[in-house]
Amino acid sequence: MSSSIDYDTVVSAVVNILEEAETVLPQDVVDALEKAASEETSPIAKEQLEAILKNIGIAAKKKVPMCQDTGILIFFVELGRDSRMDFRLEDAILEGVRKATASIPLRPNAVDPLTRSNSGNNTGNGIPDIKYELVDGSSIKITVAPKGAGSENMSSIKMLNPTEKDSIRNVVLETVLNAGGKPCPPVVVGVGIGGSFDKAARLAKSALLEKVDEMTEEEKALLEDINSLGIGPMGLGGKTTALAVHIKKAHCHTASLPVAVNIQCWANRHASVVLGGDE
Amino acid sequence: MEYRLNTPLKKEDVDKLKAGDIVYLSGTVYTARDEAHARILEMAEEKKELPFDLEGAVIYHCGPLMKGKDDDWEVVAAGPTTSARMSKMTPKLLDIHGVRAFVGKGGMDNVTGAMKGKSVYLAFTGGCAALAAMSIEKVNTVHWLDLGMPEAVWELKVKNFGPLVVGIDSHENDLFTDVRKKALEAYSKIE
Repeated sequence: MSSSIDYDTVVSAVVNILEEAETVLPQDVVDALEKAASEETSPIAKEQLEAILKNIGIAAKKKVPMCQDTGILIFFVELGRDSRMDFRLEDAILEGVRKATASIPLRPNAVDPLTRSNSGNNTGNGIPDIKYELVDGSSIKITVAPKGAGSENMSSIKMLNPTEKDSIRNVVLETVLNAGGKPCPPVVVGVGIGGSFDKAARLAKSALLEKVDEMTEEEKALLEDINSLGIGPMGLGGKTTALAVHIKKAHCHTASLPVAVNIQCWANRHASVVLGGDE
Repeated sequence: MEYRLNTPLKKEDVDKLKAGDIVYLSGTVYTARDEAHARILEMAEEKKELPFDLEGAVIYHCGPLMKGKDDDWEVVAAGPTTSARMSKMTPKLLDIHGVRAFVGKGGMDNVTGAMKGKSVYLAFTGGCAALAAMSIEKVNTVHWLDLGMPEAVWELKVKNFGPLVVGIDSHENDLFTDVRKKALEAYSKIE
């Protein structure tokens, strides 16, 4: 028999994962940055990575956001089909966001796209972006992934022809080249191949949640190509342009080949919580 | 070379800097990003005087995260924003105001000519907001808060703010362009 999940539990869980995501970088990302710092030979590149590591330490210790761009907030919800709630989950997530914005605090980043008027609390029309997936079981898993604009602005999508499979690598490399130092490298690169115009982008975005130290041979090869460009930390040159590449695929229309490249800064922030479940 | 400089900066302060040098700044820096740049240019067109003095000033491309209200603010996080967004407005700004240094991240496009003999671009490590906050002693004041927290002009008192890498010097050297050229060469060699 599954227990029902109550509103206040969700609100405070959302505040907690937001605080964790904004102040503590996942350990796999920290490890990758440390490895990069030890391998860099250019003094400027080394200095950039050392500043990043120092910054991560200060943020975790002082419980302050590691970056002032606390992002636009993206939530991934895995909703157990047997979970029970007597409220709208979205309402609880929004309240959690408003509370966290005031308490952590977070920078108010959500603005009307045209008037640019700021809502002041990181909520607005369609924001935070909440992606739901129905799964088995009676628990719900909520993941938050704050996304900074510096990296998001350098992302791209290309609708290739079905026969242009060999151009996928060029799409990824040209996106990284065009981005240069703007997205705060070393970056994490999420690639979505197939699906549709929007599904490819969603695949690329969710690829950013994968552990940076777990890559397939295909992903490692692409990472090597990216790092051979020598853009380096902050675009000032060096061996580490990217920490990881993750590729996700979906079947697509016989007449299309969408490719989406979502760029993520070194602050590959995300945190999760599981609520409810069988008693 | 490593330099410790105090604001307001003089021409000779920036003349001696070469791309790749390290700088630590002390004194006053003004945050300004997209909306503030647009307003500075609008006010020049309307022949209106700015509420702050940009002569010898340092502009910091930054939308900080602040805590507080009225005139009692505390810096929570204040790392650099992507400077390239301000590229188009910067030459116009340099025609009007004697800004000596811009601090930001990621480099700028087509500004070496406008900065020649006048000013430099200093790169601070992107995302290092908690680190930057450590060297900000206090918030002197805030201008144009109507633009919203990230877009307002925050007048910050800093001490040994850095390490800042001279990304573009006043002699038309640009580290970012050099790296970019090499990256394009490397790309053309990938089988």
